Amino acid sequence: MATPFPFGPITAVTGTAVVVRGDDIDTDRIIPARFLKCVTFEALGPAAFADDRAELAQAPAGPHPFDRPEHQGASILLVNRNFGCGSSREHAPQALMRWGIRAVVGESFAEIFYGNCLALGIPCLTASHEGMLAIQAAAAADPAAAFTLDVAAQSLSGADQSWALDLAAGPRQMLSTGQWDATSQLLANGTALEATVARLPYLATFAA
Amino acid sequence: MSAGTLYDKVWALHQVAELPGGSTQLFIGLHLIHEVTSPQAFAALKDLGLGVRHPERTVATVDHIVPTTSQARPFADPLAEEMLATLEANCAAHNITLHGLGSGRQGIVHVIAPELGLTQPGMTVACGDSHTSTHGAFGAIAFGIGTSQVRDVLASQSLSMGKLKVRRIWVDGQLQPGVYAKDLVLHVIRTLGVKGGVGYAYEFAGPAIEGLSMEERMTLCNMAIEGGARCGYVNPDQVTFDYLQGRPYAPSGEAWERAVAWWSSLASGPDAVFDDEVRFDASAIAPTITWGITPGQGIGVDETVPTLEQTESDERPLAEEAYRYMDLQPGAPIAGTPVDVCFIGSCTNGRLSDLQAAAAVAKGRHVAPGIKAFVVPGSEQVAAAAEAEGLDQVFTAAGFEWREPGCSMCLAMNPDRLEGRQISASSSNRNFKGRQGSATGRTLLMSPAMVAAAAIAGKVTDVRQLLAA
Ligand code: SF4
Repeated sequence: MATPFPFGPITAVTGTAVVVRGDDIDTDRIIPARFLKCVTFEALGPAAFADDRAELAQAPAGPHPFDRPEHQGASILLVNRNFGCGSSREHAPQALMRWGIRAVVGESFAEIFYGNCLALGIPCLTASHEGMLAIQAAAAADPAAAFTLDVAAQSLSGADQSWALDLAAGPRQMLSTGQWDATSQLLANGTALEATVARLPYLATFAA
Repeated sequence: MSAGTLYDKVWALHQVAELPGGSTQLFIGLHLIHEVTSPQAFAALKDLGLGVRHPERTVATVDHIVPTTSQARPFADPLAEEMLATLEANCAAHNITLHGLGSGRQGIVHVIAPELGLTQPGMTVACGDSHTSTHGAFGAIAFGIGTSQVRDVLASQSLSMGKLKVRRIWVDGQLQPGVYAKDLVLHVIRTLGVKGGVGYAYEFAGPAIEGLSMEERMTLCNMAIEGGARCGYVNPDQVTFDYLQGRPYAPSGEAWERAVAWWSSLASGPDAVFDDEVRFDASAIAPTITWGITPGQGIGVDETVPTLEQTESDERPLAEEAYRYMDLQPGAPIAGTPVDVCFIGSCTNGRLSDLQAAAAVAKGRHVAPGIKAFVVPGSEQVAAAAEAEGLDQVFTAAGFEWREPGCSMCLAMNPDRLEGRQISASSSNRNFKGRQGSATGRTLLMSPAMVAAAAIAGKVTDVRQLLAA
């Protein structure tokens, strides 16, 4: 893997872009269920979009963008509407991350997928339908163009253009301060956690 | 902003802290784990040098990868065996109760937690499986999580969450004979869309909902996620309490009365404020079936596959993709579509009442020639109860295979899968491309009774005709 996995504050992602077009691309397509049979995520990268890639390998429209030589090493994924819908499997963002993706831009994202990406330090930003088509067109026209996704400025620039994107304030702050690493945050509130335990009737045989 | 709803009350009770990013740290009252999404979480825990904070609040079972023919160990598939062995080792190392194969309590995680009385009103329930929304049937706030969140719950018994809005789905009337909770929820999703519920919790309420059994309510809440709502719930009532009483993990003795009083106090009050409300009439719903590649592409069994003109413009590309993939003609009736495989099971429809409804259709009839039909009970308890009633005999006499409990062909991580372009009538919850184990396999979602009818006829059939005969 050329780029290390996300770590610490994430303020920007720079790299070439890969366009995967289509609405409602679900997690079964991002990582087919048979690859879930694994006890670590390590081997998932090459399996990203496995079935779509196999299907497109021989097709006139093919090969799949993930198989095109010019997109090897790409780190910004450009998608359309409701990306990542379906099964909650974190294997989907894991597969994308291990393939090399470090940020996703699309029209909209399925909620669990979005949360899973955030938890891995992969920003998912949104653009309008028209904006997205323009971004995809620009990226497709020049596969070698380097793009920079600026988390704080909520923008994507590259190929001599720049587009405004959206990222909710919460995730934006979490990414730029490194707070997306949830576990350490949650562990910091041990006392408040046990106070919650103490007030929940069902944990005290309803004695309260 | 919703106020005074069950969701608001349960949320407030479980709130540990506000986190710097603006989200809430939410205590998780019940954490359910299985072999597929937990091993990586345990591995991450180990990497971080962390333990399990409240192992008594986590319960494990094995469901996704288990074979449904022979469950003898070791499994024929070494990867499946490795996943189960890893779960067993993790549970043993961290003192987590595992309801394993042959324990009498094993089964699909969303089937066993309710039937053991683990799921109770007013809890927060999390599990690394999107159909965790099932547990909302009890008036719990229950949602699916990803593996890194499984790690967080193991480490801290809590999650970083944003609060959802609440939409009340008010359902008047009553489901007609031959129409089930599955049809109701497919109808809701068809109407509101697979993304309609994004950002919402769905509160299902109204006379039709009150009239549903607990198992029907579970079917309904199970598929809230297919409508985009991360959780769905029903306010606890006498039906809930009657179901829970006497179950192994339910409160008993003196605690029972106090529990019922507390549970009752959680229901959304008459003054509750909702962010949105949508109304349905249950009486007007027909047996509903999907024709496409998302659960929102549903129609009544007496309808025709929608044409492009009948489809909202932003849904047309998906419709065209669905026509191609499913090889169905726009404008053609869905009834009469030949099927190859008929699957009754899953956490949506693998409970006793589901098997009873299917058996009522199968009884005295026979599966059409060339059709593979099989029944996978949702749990060992469901299997035992069904066998005690002789349902297994009804099914096998009718030409169905009677299998061991597990997720089976819901997601086809075990050997049960479609082959090639086969088309299945399935009581499960997802009809995505490739979902049932073949990259080109096709799925028609419907109620278990409708699946049984399809098996008998060899093609999609309105079950009401068989019930009337
Ligand atoms: S039956 Fe299907 S949806 Fe339910 S838990 Fe198993 S795989 Fe998930």
